[in-house]
Amino acid sequence: MSRKAGPSRLEHALRPWRRANRMARWLVIAGTVITLVFAVLAVFADQIAPYGQDQYRYEVAGAPVDDDGDPVLESIPRRAEPGAGFPFGTTSARFDVFSRIVHGARVAFGVVVLSTVVAMGIGVPLGLISGYRGGRVDRLLVLVMDAVYVFPPLLLAIIAAFVLKEYLDPGLPSAAVAVGAVYIPQYFRVIRNHTLSVKQEPFVEAARSLGAPPRTILGRYVFFNVVQSVPVIFTLNAADAVLTLAGLGFLGYGVPYPQAEWGLDVSRAISDVVSGFWWTAFFPGLAITLLVTGLTLVGEGLNDIVNPLLRVRGYTGKVPARKEPTAEATRESDDEDITDLAKTGVV
Amino acid sequence: MTDHVVANRAPAGGPEPVLRVRELVAEYATPRGALAAVDGVSFDLHPGESLGLVGESGCGKSTLGRALLQLMPPGGAVRGRVELGGRDLVGASLPVLREIRGKDVALVFQEPMTRLDPLMRVSDHFVEAIRAHRPGTSRREARAMGRAALAQMGIPPTRADNYPHEFSGGMRQRIMIALGIVLRPQLIIADEPTTALDVIVEAQILDILDALRRDSSVGLILITHNLGIVAETCDRVAVMYAGKIVEIGDVRQVFSAPKHPYTKGLLASTISLETTRLHSIDGTPPDLVTPPPGCRYAPRCPFVMAHCTDAVPLYAEPEPGQLAACYLYPGANADGRATPREDAEVAR
Amino acid sequence: MTASPSAGVGRERNVSVRDTDVVLEADNLSTYFPVRTGLLGGGSGAVVKAVDRVSFDIRRGEVFGLVGESGSGKTTLGRTLLKLVDPTSGAIRYLGRDLAPLSEREMRPLRRELALIFQDPNASLNPAMTIVQGVGHPLRIHGITSSRAQTRARVAEMLERVGLSPAENFLDKYPEDISGGQKQRLVIARALITEPTFVVADEPVAALDMSVRAKVLELMLDLQRDLGLTYLFITHDLATARFVCDRIGILYLGQLVEWGRSDTLFDDPQHPYTRALLDAIPLPDPGRRDRDKRLPRGEVPDALHPPTGCRFHPRCPEAFEVCGWQGADLIDFLEDRWTTVDADTFEAESAATGPLSGVEVSRYAVRFPAADASHLLPLLRDLRDARAGRVFSAVDDVTEDRGGVAVTFRDGPEPALQPVAGRQVACHLHGVVAREDSEAIA
Repeated sequence: MSRKAGPSRLEHALRPWRRANRMARWLVIAGTVITLVFAVLAVFADQIAPYGQDQYRYEVAGAPVDDDGDPVLESIPRRAEPGAGFPFGTTSARFDVFSRIVHGARVAFGVVVLSTVVAMGIGVPLGLISGYRGGRVDRLLVLVMDAVYVFPPLLLAIIAAFVLKEYLDPGLPSAAVAVGAVYIPQYFRVIRNHTLSVKQEPFVEAARSLGAPPRTILGRYVFFNVVQSVPVIFTLNAADAVLTLAGLGFLGYGVPYPQAEWGLDVSRAISDVVSGFWWTAFFPGLAITLLVTGLTLVGEGLNDIVNPLLRVRGYTGKVPARKEPTAEATRESDDEDITDLAKTGVV
Repeated sequence: MTDHVVANRAPAGGPEPVLRVRELVAEYATPRGALAAVDGVSFDLHPGESLGLVGESGCGKSTLGRALLQLMPPGGAVRGRVELGGRDLVGASLPVLREIRGKDVALVFQEPMTRLDPLMRVSDHFVEAIRAHRPGTSRREARAMGRAALAQMGIPPTRADNYPHEFSGGMRQRIMIALGIVLRPQLIIADEPTTALDVIVEAQILDILDALRRDSSVGLILITHNLGIVAETCDRVAVMYAGKIVEIGDVRQVFSAPKHPYTKGLLASTISLETTRLHSIDGTPPDLVTPPPGCRYAPRCPFVMAHCTDAVPLYAEPEPGQLAACYLYPGANADGRATPREDAEVAR
Repeated sequence: MTASPSAGVGRERNVSVRDTDVVLEADNLSTYFPVRTGLLGGGSGAVVKAVDRVSFDIRRGEVFGLVGESGSGKTTLGRTLLKLVDPTSGAIRYLGRDLAPLSEREMRPLRRELALIFQDPNASLNPAMTIVQGVGHPLRIHGITSSRAQTRARVAEMLERVGLSPAENFLDKYPEDISGGQKQRLVIARALITEPTFVVADEPVAALDMSVRAKVLELMLDLQRDLGLTYLFITHDLATARFVCDRIGILYLGQLVEWGRSDTLFDDPQHPYTRALLDAIPLPDPGRRDRDKRLPRGEVPDALHPPTGCRFHPRCPEAFEVCGWQGADLIDFLEDRWTTVDADTFEAESAATGPLSGVEVSRYAVRFPAADASHLLPLLRDLRDARAGRVFSAVDDVTEDRGGVAVTFRDGPEPALQPVAGRQVACHLHGVVAREDSEAIA
């Protein structure tokens, strides 16, 4: 039973990962790879993109010099097909599609990160307090959050963007706050419900019986057991946020043109599609789909890993590791999984 | 296979056993490899006989109960033979098993509420169960049968049309038993039927099970961790440790003169009203993915000998009808009375 | 491994307890929980009396056992004594000081002296804390240690003390890495690390396997002796209670029905409920399985509507006239009777009473409005004259009433605790003594 050295905290944190089934791990790995590719594009956008996001002319080596001694700039061709110089082609505004995708990744990540900070920063503490305190505070907060939650996310984001116009110039921060507002109720709900269940655990009463003040109980006993559900909501919401941002951009409520933003680009490319220029809409659309898929894969995989109950329910292959009767498994665990099985057998 | 490995032959001229279990293995797949929660279990059960399966958590007693009816979770596998009235259940088709599970074998579990549909009246549970196995029965007839079964369990007929949540825990367990016996099964498998109940209600339920077995000569397998319950209700007892039956025999014999060191330890550690000194067993049960070699109790056994870890001991019969898988008794060695074929199989 | 069975440990009773040295005293203590009904959770005014006017005292150095079935209120009483649940009325005197009026904030420093050991070791340890963090947390909370190294040393010392040795192997593990028995040792270590005076142990071994139980009990008793602890030992298991406890209180539906020295109680129980509990224990001795068991009928009733008079009377095998019979008891009798008669009798009798759901039931009367009086009247009178059930001992009259049939009952007071053969018993069999604070009957 006793191994020599105590496992480190890191090892403890990674334990669910090692216990997870192969499927869940693959989901996370595949999703992470996709997401990382976009993250690299976002961080090193300036180095990777051959052109700026709104650059329509470029310098050509050995070109003639004008009166001021500056080289004469060559215009980027209009609506060039994907090819040698412009791998994803160019737009009618002479922008390089590839460069806009790369810069758009930066906007997408910026918004995802910022909106998450907003949503988490408000949703998580409120959820904790609401769940732990209960009573009137809880009822009021739930009412407000539910009221917010009934709005379709996109509509809510548009309303938020509208309201924010008064205080913030249109741009990445305002788009991020608008998107973030949408996800506050989601963090709130998940954290509140999880807090409600953790609050019932005997170890929370134990903390009280040891004389811990509510602050300590909430911080050391409740929070650390609730926080594990945050990465799951985060990745799933991030995927959704990318979509919402694209939706906002598509409708013209997101970052202002000519800043690179995928939704915006798709929207501006609609007329191109009709004229047969498929690439201006296709590549931004593909970028949205890929990043959303990547984040969703991570989220779904993490969900399987972090939430063992779900893991058992969805399990079809081998018997999950947690079910194995360890040396001194409690009596309850000895019998628990007959429940479902026997239903099929009794009648 | 000779009857030697199998505990307790049928009494001379007695009826055929209701249940004949041979070399039953129930395995789960785990990421670390196969885990044999039940590893080579054999026994017989005769009509009107009650067998107590006793052991601590993780010893495989609950898995054994499930494996008898092929009720293994996904990823679980059963090998060996389970003969119920001459039919082998291992490898039987699902329709056949369903037929058997409701009609020939009644199952009683620890938490009855999870098995009663909260949206169905109790009487409708009976109608459904009866008509599933006897399609020709009219609703009226089925209801009457249900009422009679409930009354037998002490539940007033006036309450037959109530919903499950309107009953207390003990009443629900009575309803479950009534549901189980309404089709007159040959065998009742009760897995910790009273663990969730208070001591007085527990005694009431045990009385009911006991009366049932005596009146309708049904076989009863009672799975429990409580030695007191076995002593009160069972004719024979099988003590399980780490997936194996280490001792099996008449309950009076085993309780008054246990042979296997584990049985001795378990009996000594039981706290009863007469307890004046506390005893406990050192160590913990082994990991069943990588069980220790030889006798699985050897690492904890106070009587351990050098050769205990060489091979799995066979069943010795220190007293007639009382078998113990322990090298302390002649017959447990491979060169003892057992045939080489059995040796190979048991020591697998 | 040194594989010898651990040496048997006998129990030496703590006989030197002085009567006057009371650590904790419950004085007419009640804990009621409001029952939420309706969609908006508005109170209907109904309460569950989880603990109902209970008085007893716990003396320094003893193990006081609280024994009862589920719903007896034993867990609530334990929590109330530690003020983890607020009492509705009454006093909790800890070393003479009443805890009942103290606020949560005022209680906090006192929690160092009042500890709680939980039933389920798997759930009572924070899975997000390492063992050194979890067990050492009380030290930090109360400012007993000031540095991490100091806490670590104290925790290591405590782990060795509860038999988790070498402590270094355990300190940085998480609860999920160790076995159930070891976890319970941790729970004990955490409760005792602040050197408390009074410890409530709520079913401390119920979740453990038999072979481990003895060791944990042994440990608790050793620590009690070494650290001079006083225990309140809450359990449903009379066998364990008998071995461990110096004195025992038997709880039934929130009230003490019998309490006194444990050997007195077990050797010669005076309350029918205590006797029933003792009879019901399954004995690990097949030779005695046919002994005469006097099992009470039915189960513990709904705590929302406890029986009047003596709360045990509907199940009591010895109940008589004054035990507090009420209308509902007659319905129970009829339903019970119908499980034993044949189908025709049942049909005839249930036709005579009319549907039971329409029967008007109160404390002193039952009225069958839809009854067929010509059949029901003689039936009930015959049953009464034959004393077919104990309930008929208190039946005053069976009359025809506005087309139906009415049965009236005589009064029966709530029994008070009275001294009987060296212990306190609340039972009219030893002389009818009514509780002075008996509740008014609505």
